[in-house]
Amino acid sequence: QESQASGLPEYIKIVEVGPRDGLQNEKVIVPTDIKIELINRLSKTGLPAIEVTSFVSSKWVPQMADHKEVMKGIERHPGVQYPVLTPNLQGFHSAIAAGATEVSVFGAASESFSKMNINCSIEESIEKFEEVAKSARNMNIPVRGYVSCALGCPYEGNIIPAKVAEVSKRLYSMGCYEISLGDTIGVGTPGSMKRMLEAVMKEIPLSALAVHCHDTYGQALANILTAIQMGVAVVDSSVAGLGGCPYAKGATGNVATEDVIYMLNGLGINTGVNLYTVMEAGNFICTALNKKTNSKVAQASFNTGTIN
Amino acid sequence: NVVPTSVKINLINMLAETGLQVIEATSFVSPKWVPQMADHTEVMQGINKLPGISYPVLTPNLKGFQAAVAAGAKEVSIFGAASELFTKKNINCSIEESLERFDEVMTAAKAASIPVRGYVSCVLGCPYEGKISAAKVAEVSKKMYSMGCYEISLGDTIGIGTPGSMKEMLTAVMKEVPVGALAVHCHDTYGQALANILIALQMGVSVVDASVAGLGGCPYAQGASGNVATEDLVYMLNGLGIHTGVDLQKLMDTGTYICNALNRRTNSKVSQASCRL
Repeated sequence: QESQASGLPEYIKIVEVGPRDGLQNEKVIVPTDIKIELINRLSKTGLPAIEVTSFVSSKWVPQMADHKEVMKGIERHPGVQYPVLTPNLQGFHSAIAAGATEVSVFGAASESFSKMNINCSIEESIEKFEEVAKSARNMNIPVRGYVSCALGCPYEGNIIPAKVAEVSKRLYSMGCYEISLGDTIGVGTPGSMKRMLEAVMKEIPLSALAVHCHDTYGQALANILTAIQMGVAVVDSSVAGLGGCPYAKGATGNVATEDVIYMLNGLGINTGVNLYTVMEAGNFICTALNKKTNSKVAQASFNTGTIN
Repeated sequence: NVVPTSVKINLINMLAETGLQVIEATSFVSPKWVPQMADHTEVMQGINKLPGISYPVLTPNLKGFQAAVAAGAKEVSIFGAASELFTKKNINCSIEESLERFDEVMTAAKAASIPVRGYVSCVLGCPYEGKISAAKVAEVSKKMYSMGCYEISLGDTIGIGTPGSMKEMLTAVMKEVPVGALAVHCHDTYGQALANILIALQMGVSVVDASVAGLGGCPYAQGASGNVATEDLVYMLNGLGIHTGVDLQKLMDTGTYICNALNRRTNSKVSQASCRL
C-alpha cells in the first residue's frame, strides 16, 4: 500500500548482472567453479534474472572465456531467467548450442564509444544485432537490448537524450523485449536521468524500460529513485557492487544489489529477493576474490552483526 | 587519530574559500569526553573568519556556551535526540532533562543575540531502540523550535533510513515546524544518503548537512561509513540545476588536503572517480 500511495511501482524486477558485467570488470580471472557457485547461490535468493556470461571471443574478454562451461555447469532454477550476452550471430549460435534460453545485445548512444568498444559505428552494430534478433525470433528466444552511455560518454562527454531515444527505438523495433538504459560511467544525476527518460518514454513503453546505473560518482541510488518515481520497474544491479569502472582507475562501477534492495524494501516495494541471502552470496564472491565488498549495506551489516 | 590544531585550522580556512556559507568549526565539550575537540578555543581563535560565513560550534551546556562566546563564537548548536535510550547512553540523561539543559543555553543565547541551531539525532532509527516513531521526532523538533532554535537539523544518525522512512518522518515533522526551518543530516552508512536527501529536497527541504570527503565514520558499525560526502552532494545538486554557490573543484581539493593530512582515502565517490567530463 505504501508504494502505491506514493505512485511508485508495486513490484520491481531486479536483473542481477554481477556474474557477467561484474566479473568482466574485475581484474582477477575467476575460476569456472567459483563463477558457477556464485550463480547457483544467486539462484536461491529470489532474483528473477541473472546475467550469466558472455559469448564473446576470449581474445577480447578473457574473463568470459569459459562461457560454455559456465552455461552448462549452472543449476537452472524454475522461474529464473539466465540471459547471456551475444555480440553477433556467431556468439548467438554458440550460446544456443550451450543451452542459453535468453540473450542480450549491447548498443550505445555514442558513436565514439561504439567505435572504441566494438570497432564499428552504431548503425553497423545495429545491423549485427538485427541478425541476432532475427535468428532469436525464429527460435522464440527473447532478446534484451542494452544502450550504453545513456547519460554520458567517456569520449564524447554529453549525450543528447534524443540520441538515446533513437537507439532505444531501433533496438525495440527489431524485437528486443526490454531496453536497459546504462549510465556506463556513472556520471548521471537525477536531473539528466529525468531528461533522458522523458525522451525515451516517448518512443518506448514504460514497461519495456530498465535502468542500469553505475555508482562511480555515488549517484546510482538517487538516479534509480528518480527512474522508479517515473514508473520504471526494472533495475539492473550487481551483487557486492562487483565490477569497477574501466574508464576511471580505482573508481567503482555497478551499483550494489544489496543497497538497491535495501532501498526498495524501505519504500515498501516488492522484489521477491531475500536481502540476507544476497549478502551471503556477496560475501562468498568477495572472499573468493579476496576483496572488500562495494555494498554499504553489506559493510554495515557484517560489522554490527545485525541486519535492519 | 587526534588531528593537529594547525591542520584543523587549514581545513576550515580552505573550506571557507569554496563558497560554503556555513562551516561547523568545533565543539565546546569537555576534552575528557571528546579529546579530538580539546583544542576548541585555539581553533576558534585561529581560523580566518571570512565575512558572510557562519562558523557554528557545538555547545552541550551553559558552561560550553560561555566558553564558546568567550572564544569568539557567533552561532551555536545544541544536540537533542528522538530516542530516550540514545540520550541516556550518549549524555546520561532523559530527553526531557536534556531539553532543560538546552533551555539554559537558549536563554543565554537570546540575551547575547546568538542564533542557535537544534539537531535531532536518531530521526530514522536508533542503534539501541531500533525503530523511532515519526511522531516522536516531530515532538522533539517542535520543542526545540519553540525554545528558539532557528533551524532544526534532522539526523539519520546510523544511516539506516530510506526514502520511505524519510518521507514518513518529514511529513510528521512538517506539521509542527515550517519547512523553511528544516535541514537534513543524512549518514551514508547503508548507501542511502543521496536518495534520502533527494526525497527531502522534493518535499521542500533546502538545507543539507554534509562532510567534506565524507569524513567521520559510524561509531556504531565498525568500518562502516558515516557522513555523506559534500562533494557527492554538490555533484548531485549541480546535476539538478540547484544553486549552492559551492565550487566543486575547490571542494575536492580541500578533501584531498585533509585526506592526505589524515593519511586516509576519501569517502567521496566523486573524488575517487578520475573520469573527466
